[in-house]
Parts: sequence; structure tokens; C-alpha cells
Amino acid sequence: MINHRFKKQITRTILLVSGYWFLVINCFAAPISSEELIQNAREYDGKTVVYKGEVIGDIMVRGGFIWVNVNDGVNAIGIWSKKDLAKDIIYTGGYKSRGDIVEIKGIFHRACLEHGGDLDIHIEELSKIDSGMVIREKVDIVKRNGAFVLLGILSLAMILSQLKLKKIRRQDEIHR
Amino acid sequence: MILRPHISDIKNIGYYLGKIIIGLGLTMIVPIAIGLTFREINPSLDFLISAEITLLIGVILTRLCRTKEDLNWMQGMIVVSLSWLAAMVLGALPLYLSGHWKSYLDACFEAMSMFTTTGLVLVQGLDYLSYTHNLWRHLGNFIGGQGIAIVALSFFVKGTSGAFKMYVGEGRDERLLPNVINTARFIWLISTVYLILGTLILGIVGMSIGMKPSNAFFHSACIFMAGFDTAGFAPQSQNILYYHSLLFEIVTIVIMLLGTLNFNLHYHMWFGNRKEIWKNIETRTLFFSILFFSFITVVSLNQLGVYPEAIALFRKGFFHLISGHTGTGYTTIYARQFINEWGNLALVGLICAMGLGGCVCSTAGGIKMLRIGIFVKALKQDIKKIILPESAVISQMFHHIKDVFLEDKQVRSALLITLVYLGLYMLGAIIGTWFGYPFLNSLFESTSAAANVGLSCGITNAGMPVALKLTYIFQMWTGRLEFMSVFVLIGFFIAEIRGR
Repeated sequence: MINHRFKKQITRTILLVSGYWFLVINCFAAPISSEELIQNAREYDGKTVVYKGEVIGDIMVRGGFIWVNVNDGVNAIGIWSKKDLAKDIIYTGGYKSRGDIVEIKGIFHRACLEHGGDLDIHIEELSKIDSGMVIREKVDIVKRNGAFVLLGILSLAMILSQLKLKKIRRQDEIHR
Repeated sequence: MILRPHISDIKNIGYYLGKIIIGLGLTMIVPIAIGLTFREINPSLDFLISAEITLLIGVILTRLCRTKEDLNWMQGMIVVSLSWLAAMVLGALPLYLSGHWKSYLDACFEAMSMFTTTGLVLVQGLDYLSYTHNLWRHLGNFIGGQGIAIVALSFFVKGTSGAFKMYVGEGRDERLLPNVINTARFIWLISTVYLILGTLILGIVGMSIGMKPSNAFFHSACIFMAGFDTAGFAPQSQNILYYHSLLFEIVTIVIMLLGTLNFNLHYHMWFGNRKEIWKNIETRTLFFSILFFSFITVVSLNQLGVYPEAIALFRKGFFHLISGHTGTGYTTIYARQFINEWGNLALVGLICAMGLGGCVCSTAGGIKMLRIGIFVKALKQDIKKIILPESAVISQMFHHIKDVFLEDKQVRSALLITLVYLGLYMLGAIIGTWFGYPFLNSLFESTSAAANVGLSCGITNAGMPVALKLTYIFQMWTGRLEFMSVFVLIGFFIAEIRGR
């Protein structure tokens, strides 16, 4: 009987602890925005943070490491990573492509000593949430038609202007 | 009695303004070519539409106001002040069409910032902006840095008398060569040679830090144009922080310093007179000013422990001091970090450096080093007058290209311009405070706008009040033109209303 009760209590405790642990991990895993990191840089300095955003611009290889800049929609923050940790990054965001969406766990530095005081994150883990892609540009028909119409008006204005100019010059010659 | 302007005044102004607008329209062909090269069709269409509208307005103006007369002083000044406003409104067209600016006013703000080489930005999603639009932003820096009217003088204006008036109207009064058009062309030559060299060096640095060659050279051209013309624009939202490179920052420091030097000094250095750089009152004043304000800024940052290492103090403290003093506005930190981390003394040091600015006849803004040098000389002369016997004849000289005797009229003129600049800085600071921003933040942003610097402590954003946007536009415009042509324009309107 006692044994049964004890077992029940142990099971309950294990369930409670694991539930609590699950909650803690999930809370910690919530990404922090760039605004929050920049605004409260001193508080987060040297702490492990989770940051999520789109890889933009260049993947800059520096020896066995790389620099990538990750934009969360408000600001872009520099991410310093070992080359192999970021091997999954293929697309970077720009005018013609949408970059890979990544979630990063790493140490945040307000003024990184290793990198001349840069505000950055040194990666511990990186996971690719969504793959980027090349964006195919569709020609804006309204803009295209507008450009043609304006070209016509401009050509007409220039022709009329030249004709008027010739007329004035001819009159000037007659007067002379 | 105020005399109402004659119709011939308006015709003359309209004709030359039309020519400058045509010039602006033709420069839009460059981004169209870049857009087609990078196969960016919609951005190319934005520029095609904008160029057509701009050329159409220019053709109509020159047609309606056709004249053979040369410009007088008043007309020259008005043409200059109006041409910068026209450039803002028309230069904003392709920006607004891209959809990256929330309103046309925001696009106008960016265009004014671009042409006046300020560097404050309201663009949304800069990291996703096309090459075409990015090139226009930086080309605008390059054109504005040399002077919009100078661009026109170099290619479209025949009469040298009117050309000189426009040249002076843009806040420059030093001629490198006897003919002002040749001076304008020489400024273009200097800038183009530096552009080629700078792009090459920055491109190689860009590749060495891991950028793709095409991106490295595109970025380097943009960064050079904005750096040499002390504008501070960059193709990415993180500005120079994007590159995470000490070498890149050192090269940009050199470019910023080259940009802030007097074109007259460049001219003398080009022709072998290298001693001029050490003898010139402006470069000496600039050197001591940088030394003094770097000391204040770096010591203050060090005391607060903002950057605990010497290299970080150099890359953050010294870099921003040079960026502010030269009027460039390049940054390697986020805007809010100035306020949250830097502390008041470092900020005051930076604000003073921004307010003082670079050299006259350069692309930098602010009070300028020649005027500060003249004050110091005048002070020295006054102290000598007190110390030496009353019968002593005291003369003070300074070296600026040649040896010059200090006269009261030079001191008076320097003092007047300085006072107007200080008033402009305060005006923006008071208006910013009016809208609820702390005074120091407002003074920082206001000085940055009026001295055409472009560093921001976070006030400048798309959500700021419309009145503040208009204030900063006004500050950028008047600060760039050094007031006189703007005052003449205001006088012209008053004469039109109240004159007989």
C-alpha cells in the first residue's frame, strides 16, 4: 500500500518537474527581438540568447569562421559563427532573393572584445527554420505603360520646342 | 522702399532652373543603365518615369522662360536655392515609386539628405533595396557633394559671370582656377580620380573580407561616393557595421578625411605643393580640433567603461569622432547606443565636433575650420594688443593657400556665419524638445541635420512628427547652402508680396 502511494508520488513529482522544465526551456527558447537586445544591451551582455531572423547580404568567410548579418524585420545583427555551423545557409536576402530564416542560440555581446567593440552574437547553435528562394521579378504593367505614355509626351514637347526655336531663329535672321 | 521683382527676373530664374532640372533628369540615365545591367526591370522603370517627368518640367521651363541674359547676383542665388528644392522634389520621385518610403515627404527627406550629403535616412527595408535605387542614393551624394549647380555649370552654362554667382550661392567662394567653370570641372576631375582609386581599394578590401566580387565593388563605389562626399549613406541598414572589419573602417576614415579637405588644398597637393597641408590654417585647426575632441570623447568612454579595450575605443570612439567631425555620418553602432551607452560628456564632444565641421570649399558642412582658425588668430591678436605697449603696431597673419593679413571684415564675416549656424542648431534642438525628446538628444539630431552630418541618436525615423521632418529638411537645406542664397530667396518672396 505504502509502496503504491510512494510510486504514485514519485510519478507525480517526475511529471511536475518535467512539465516545469518543459515550460522553462520553451520560455527561454522564445527569440528576443533586435530592438530588445539593442535597447537593453547591458542586461543581455555575455548571456545566451535566442535570436531569429532572415540572413541578408553577404556570407563573409574569415578563415574557419563566417560573418552573417541576420535581420529580424527591424534591425540586422552581426552573427559570428564557425563555418560548419552555418553550412545550411544557402540564400541571403536582398532585392532579388529571400534569405533563409534562421534561429540562433548564442552569446550576445554588447561590445565584443574579440571584434573591436561590435554588438554581435557568437553562435552556439543554428537551426534553419525556413528556406529562402530566388524572387522572380514581375514587370509592373502600370509603370511600364506610364513610362511609354510619358515618353510620348516628352518627345512631343521636345519636338515642339525645337520647332519653336527654329522659328525664332528664322525670324531673327529676317530681322537682321 | 522694396522693389517688386520684374518679370525678366522670373524668366531668368526659370530658364536657368530649367537647365539644372534637365541636368538632373539626364543623371537619372545612370541608374537606368545600372538597373538594366543588373536586370532590375521595375526599378529601371521607376527611373525612366522619373527622368521623363524631370526632363519634361525642365524642357517646359526653359521653353517658357527662354532668355539670353546672364544672371545677376540675386537671380543666381535664387536659382541655387530653388534648384536644391527642385532636386529634392524630383529626386524623390524614383525613391517613392520603389515603395520603400512610407510617404512622399519621407522620400523628399531622404532626397534632401542625399543631395545635401547629410546621411539621415527614412528608408524602410534598406537591406532589400535594389542596386538601381541604392546607386541613385549614392550618386545623389556625389552630385550634391560637388554641388548641384556646379554639375549644371560644368556642362550646360556658357556665361562665366552667372556661373560664378551660382558657385558662390552653393556656399563656395574659393576659385581653384581663374575661370569658375574650369574650377567646377577640376573639382569633378579630382572627385572622379579619387572615385576610381577609392573604389578599387575598397573593392579589394571588400573581397578580402569575404564579399562576393560584384557586391564588393558595388558597395565600394557606393561607400566611396558617400564617404568622399561626407554623406554617410551605405547600401545596408547596419551602415559600416555590416562589414565587421577594422581594415574597411581604416580605409573609410582616410576617405572621410580626404573628403573634408578643401578642394583648393587638393589642387595644391596635386601639383606638388605638399607643404601646404602642414602650413594651412584649416588643416592645422582641423588637426588640433580632432585631437581635442577625440581626447574628450575617448576619455569619457573609457571612464564609463563603454569600450574596455584600446582597439574598441579606436573603432567606436575615434571612428565616430572622425565621422562626425568630417560631416560624414558613417556609423558602426546602432543609433540608440549613443544615448544608452555613451554618456553625456562623450555625446557633447561628438556634438561639438559635428557642429564645427570640416574645411571650406569641401563637401563637409558645419561652421568650418577656416572660421574657427580665424577666431583663434583674432583672439591672439586681441591678447597681444592688451599685453604690448599701446604704441605697438600689431598685425596678425594666417596662411591659407597664401599668406593673408587678418582683417576685421574676415572676423566679422566668420562670426556672423558661426552665429547663424549656432542659431540653426538651437532651433532644431528647441523644436525637438517641443515634441517631447530630451534636450541633449534633440541637440544631437539637430546639429547632425544642420551640419549635414547624418549621425542619429534614434530620433530620425519614419514615425517622427511631420513638423520635425520639415524642420530637419529646412536645416539640411540651409546648412548646406550656408544661408545666404536661402535668405535671398526669402527676401525675393517678401519683395514679390510687399514690393511696389
